[in-house]
Amino acid sequence: MNEPIIEVKNLSKKFGSFEAVKDVSFTVNKGDVFGFLGPNGAGKSTTIRCLLSLIAPNGGSIAIFGNQLGGQRSQIMSNIGSIIEKPDFYRYLSAEKNLEIFARISGRDSTKMEIQEMLEFVGLQGRGKDKVKGFSHGMKQRLGIAQTLLHKPDLIILDEPTTGLDPQGIIEVRNLILRLKTEQNKTVVLSSHQLSEIEIIANRMVIINKGKSVIEGSVEALVNEQELLLQIDLSDALQAIDVLVQEYPNLVVKHLYGSMIEVAVEKDMVPRINYFLVNKGFEISSLEPKRKLEDFFMKIIQE
Amino acid sequence: MLLKNTYNEFIKIIAKPRSYIGLGVLTALILVILFAMKADGTSYISFVTASFEQTLSFNGNILNGNLIAFIILQMLIVHIPLLVALVTGDLISGEAAMGTIRMLATKPISRTNIVLSKFIAGAVYTLILTLWLAFLALAVVKWMFGSGDMIVLNSSGLVILQESDILWRYAYSFIVAYLALLTVSSLSICLSAFADNSIGPIVSTMGIIILFTIIGSLDVTVFDSVKKFLFTTHMASWRSFFEDPIAIKEIWQSIIILVVHNILLVTIAVVKFNKKDITS
Repeated sequence: MNEPIIEVKNLSKKFGSFEAVKDVSFTVNKGDVFGFLGPNGAGKSTTIRCLLSLIAPNGGSIAIFGNQLGGQRSQIMSNIGSIIEKPDFYRYLSAEKNLEIFARISGRDSTKMEIQEMLEFVGLQGRGKDKVKGFSHGMKQRLGIAQTLLHKPDLIILDEPTTGLDPQGIIEVRNLILRLKTEQNKTVVLSSHQLSEIEIIANRMVIINKGKSVIEGSVEALVNEQELLLQIDLSDALQAIDVLVQEYPNLVVKHLYGSMIEVAVEKDMVPRINYFLVNKGFEISSLEPKRKLEDFFMKIIQE
Repeated sequence: MLLKNTYNEFIKIIAKPRSYIGLGVLTALILVILFAMKADGTSYISFVTASFEQTLSFNGNILNGNLIAFIILQMLIVHIPLLVALVTGDLISGEAAMGTIRMLATKPISRTNIVLSKFIAGAVYTLILTLWLAFLALAVVKWMFGSGDMIVLNSSGLVILQESDILWRYAYSFIVAYLALLTVSSLSICLSAFADNSIGPIVSTMGIIILFTIIGSLDVTVFDSVKKFLFTTHMASWRSFFEDPIAIKEIWQSIIILVVHNILLVTIAVVKFNKKDITS
């Protein structure tokens, strides 16, 4: 049975007359890597800041580990590690000193050995004595993850953890998050506007738009991996559509542009479609499945 | 958690280069005053004593360490608040500007304890600054200029204090001066809770001190009722220990007003910081 770690109900937050969050509800279960998806300005960061008591909500309720956030704040926070947008550190202190400072007030004292192990875990071994002002954005992000994990929390909340990172940095952070799930069995809440990130990492997700939670569920169920949108670049697009519709009357085929068509098919149909078109004499330059999450996301936020 | 975060605050203050600016500037200012006194102190004193020379005869070392320490205190008590605010005005807003306030506020420490730990750290820094001033003004100056009886010119005339009757007056006057500087520290921490940048609280603190000092020095009846409640009016009450007889009642009044200011300012900072949405 699923054990809820975070339960958010009808959350709302106003800044003056601007309603940043209107009605957000979702549940994160133990062991989830929970994707928090939405376009820029949807209210993701405001919701996350409410979860971490950085912002006081105007309405709704937040329960974490079964306790209301307002009443048991210190107890709840001692079991949470978080990065909000970008981890900021005391630039004039070393990485070790920064970790020491945050560990000291995290509810669990950490030994020097644990700090070294954590630096090693995030790939910053040998850089502990260096001042943070000399660190790249990627290194700070990894140090941020070390800071979130040092007091061994059960729940990790990461708000846009790959923002501003180069492709290598994104992969490194992504792999670190996956290791949290597989090696340490942490519950992770991951806010992002990058669909691919959520699709790769998360097992459940909520999509919020214009301050409201629109849909919540398992990523697999929401995306429905059995259905694909095939984008095919071939020699005669218009004739190919005629031929395909003639052969497969139930097929939904669309002419995108130039020599590109799009076909909605089930996964096991892909080789047959390919074989059929080649047999009919079409020259296929490329055939690639388009991410369904992108379509799904666009459909949801445009509704 | 309060003590742990106070310890963290000390680490941050020690590591910040700006913390040493105050100590450095203070040392430089005192050295400049000492140089001036060594070079031309006699004419400076003659300017003060000239009006009394027809009725009084001054013998011995008037320009001694006790008098110069008094002159230093009188000159610097106006400038030291800036050195205090330079560090304490940055304690909360500096974290907001750096972004570390987000990290702090998501830890299992209450916001009240965050502000209180910063207030304690700021108080200790102010104490160190005051002790350094005391060391330079008493130990170093006396070593350079020697000791002796002390003449003090105040509003009621000339006061002559015996050498053996001076040290305890300095001890108490430094305590009251510390309390006045602590009020500056609390004011800048309070303003720091409202701001998200470092410069604002520092400039605002100095602005308030200048404004209140001007109000306090304006001889107009409209301000008479508020003057006695302005903390700047009581920042120079340390001088009362060098009067004869000592105005104990006025000193206690100043102490109470300064303490009330401190409590009020820290309370405002705590309330504001607890209600603040951290969006930076």
